[in-house]
Amino acid sequence: MQKETSRNGASPTPVLTVKDISYFYGSKQALDDVSFEVLPGRLTALLGPNGAGKTTLFSLITRLFDAPTGRIEIVGRSASEWGSRALEPLGVVFQQPTLDLDLTVKQNLRYFAALRGLKRKDADARMGRALDALNMRERIGESVRALNGGHRRRVEVARALLHSPKLMLLDEPTIGLDAPTRKAIVRHVHELARADNIGVLWATHLFDEVEPDDDLLVLSRGRIVARGKAKDVVAETGASDLGGAFTLLIGGDTEEDIAA
Amino acid sequence: MNLMHMVRAFNGIVWRELLRFLQQRERFFAALVRPLIWLIIFAAGFRAALGISIIPPYQTYITYDVYITPGLLAMIQLFNGMQSSLSMVYDREMGSMRVLLTTPLPRWFLLLSRLFAGVAVSLLQVYTFLLVAYFCGVELPPWGYVTALPALILAGMMFGALGMLLSSTIKQLENFAGVMNFVIFPMFFASSALYPLWKMREGSLWLYYICLFNPFTYAVELIRFAFYLEVNWEALAVVMGCLVGFLGLSVWAYDPARGIQQRKVAAAAA
Repeated sequence: MQKETSRNGASPTPVLTVKDISYFYGSKQALDDVSFEVLPGRLTALLGPNGAGKTTLFSLITRLFDAPTGRIEIVGRSASEWGSRALEPLGVVFQQPTLDLDLTVKQNLRYFAALRGLKRKDADARMGRALDALNMRERIGESVRALNGGHRRRVEVARALLHSPKLMLLDEPTIGLDAPTRKAIVRHVHELARADNIGVLWATHLFDEVEPDDDLLVLSRGRIVARGKAKDVVAETGASDLGGAFTLLIGGDTEEDIAA
Repeated sequence: MNLMHMVRAFNGIVWRELLRFLQQRERFFAALVRPLIWLIIFAAGFRAALGISIIPPYQTYITYDVYITPGLLAMIQLFNGMQSSLSMVYDREMGSMRVLLTTPLPRWFLLLSRLFAGVAVSLLQVYTFLLVAYFCGVELPPWGYVTALPALILAGMMFGALGMLLSSTIKQLENFAGVMNFVIFPMFFASSALYPLWKMREGSLWLYYICLFNPFTYAVELIRFAFYLEVNWEALAVVMGCLVGFLGLSVWAYDPARGIQQRKVAAAAA
């Protein structure tokens, strides 16, 4: 991936460094020597078919699984050395919905704020701002069960932002959402990365969620087969668009051959 | 490790569990009805048929309903421990367990907090039951309601840890109901909850030995003695030992590096 230089000419410190990560489910290899970086203020799209290893990678970064090989650093903190504290600068939106349906939006956000050690007063102020940004302020007292899928996703994005993370991981966050809602969430996360200098790793298999200037990683059968700015990857393959480039790069590998 | 962070996270976990419990009113009533049926119907029938001799901690003859009350309290806590574990399996399947496990705090602390949250819920149930039992004529020493609290917390933690251990070995939510019944009823019946052990010994020697190896027996006796301002050291040692053992195993089982979870994922993928 091309590193951008900061104003004084030095490379910005990556908010996520993944180096030489391999992972096996029994004898099946899910990830094969994966290395990449995510820079602050940039959205890095992790594009891959179902079963490519995206969710496995996310599970390793979030320490749901321990990485047996290689090294993962979040804002310079190695997960193997810092343990759970390495997760402090991290905000996550999981592929699977994780809100408590029986609680209200506010109760869900307060619960998360408590897990992150925020004071009640700070938490309330932050949740107001986060929900405002996602046009969800007026739904704060509603039960999550009463919200539609798009609104629940917005609440999850707001929740991931409560503790001002430096790195956000979003694992196929727009699955099952209609096109306008998907577009709104994609736009908001792009703006967020730029405005708050947050590094974003966005896993997806939907090409229209990637902007030409985004950093792109193409993952296929557990290996990174292309990297660079999305527009450069398209140009290098000679395809007319990202969808064409993707098909050329993964060679028709669209089945769930690898557990993820 | 930031102490205030831990305190806030602990409060948040307990608060969420209490909120969920209070919103599930039917769960609250079900938790009360079960032991009340035992107390009002079962104990009333046996009161006449079954005499309880003077055995520690009792200083005098007692009625059968007074005798079985500690066992019923332990039953409430055992059910609640299993219910709480069921809720952990549900959280795992629904994904909300991931939010907890990606909190930047040690996993043992998060699981311990979750365990204590379940105990807090069981204490609500226990004291509500005691209030109803009091109006049904079950009078226990007044200070016993206070001195039993530590015993109830320990017993609740032990049952919660057992449930947590079971939940970490369960693959799917629907499998857990069967496991609950398989654990709850044998534990309850093969214990000193309904009959004193000496009476059990008269009836069946092998059942007596099963009761002796059942941790539930010791939880019941710990609570029973605590109500009479006494400590049953043997029961305390067994309950503490089981708590540490179950908790240690469940923390190990939830560790993704070595845990059962990961092995299951591996097996499923193979």
